[in-house]
Amino acid sequence: MLVAVAVFPGTNCEIDTKYAFEKLGQEVVLVFHKEEKLPEGTDLVVLPGGFSYGDYLRSAAIAKFSPIMKAVIDFANQGGKVLGICNGFQMLVEARLLPGAMKRNENVHFISQFHHLKVIANDNTFLQKCSVGELLNVPIAHGEGSFYIDEAGLKELYANHQVLLTYTNEKGDVQNPNGSVDSIAGICNHAKNVFGLMPHPERAIEKILGSDDGVKMLEGFLN
Amino acid sequence: MKVIVNIQLKNGVLDPQGKAVHHALSSLKFDEVNDVRIGKQIILDIAESDKAKAHERVTIMCDELLANTVIEDYTIEFPAC
Repeated sequence: MLVAVAVFPGTNCEIDTKYAFEKLGQEVVLVFHKEEKLPEGTDLVVLPGGFSYGDYLRSAAIAKFSPIMKAVIDFANQGGKVLGICNGFQMLVEARLLPGAMKRNENVHFISQFHHLKVIANDNTFLQKCSVGELLNVPIAHGEGSFYIDEAGLKELYANHQVLLTYTNEKGDVQNPNGSVDSIAGICNHAKNVFGLMPHPERAIEKILGSDDGVKMLEGFLN
Repeated sequence: MKVIVNIQLKNGVLDPQGKAVHHALSSLKFDEVNDVRIGKQIILDIAESDKAKAHERVTIMCDELLANTVIEDYTIEFPAC
């Protein structure tokens, strides 16, 4: 599988993301934001975490106009698989490839810690190796990760199994770190080829670093 | 021509910054404050002398980039200079 990881000025998780997919035996290419095309044969595009364009104006507001994003949007609209992690999730909502919007964390602080997540839906490529209700321990690191969507949009997300992950404590009870609507940590689009989450699965791939729960998440894309 | 764009979170969308500042004002005993909302102001200098045309262009700028209309409202003003 060929994984294209997009790199914007201010992106800082591209090497971790590359390392994670290479550890899973995949070929990974970093693609600079000024490129107008994705590499031939790209199977998955990952928009990694960081602070693209300094997060000026709003997180990811400027990144969505990068030349490479036009190619990513075309790729997604043709059914190509796209995964947005953290700042990448923010890009996907800014580019309207995913519904909703991202706000400052409710407590106004940048939060960087391990957090438990509960799998809400696994009838999709991304979380097919996880079971519904399963708990995953994955780091979060964001200041603007409060997911917002209006009531009608939320209903639609649930009806189509687009709510993928929610924040919980280690027992699986709701624990909302940032004020996201319904404690939502990750969603996908209606066609289930575009995925976004604030937590960092690429930082949870080795037990020595605290958790390898991210492996089975990323492995979902492998076949 | 100078154009001022004011951007605010929509009514009903919780403003955590406003809430934090409100809390700080309360602890400084400014008890008369009922609510605080924080927005941002963008001041543009554009090469256009026709107000209506400028308004039209800045509206497009707001919808495409300056505001996220899912959660934010904006107003466009022309300051007297």
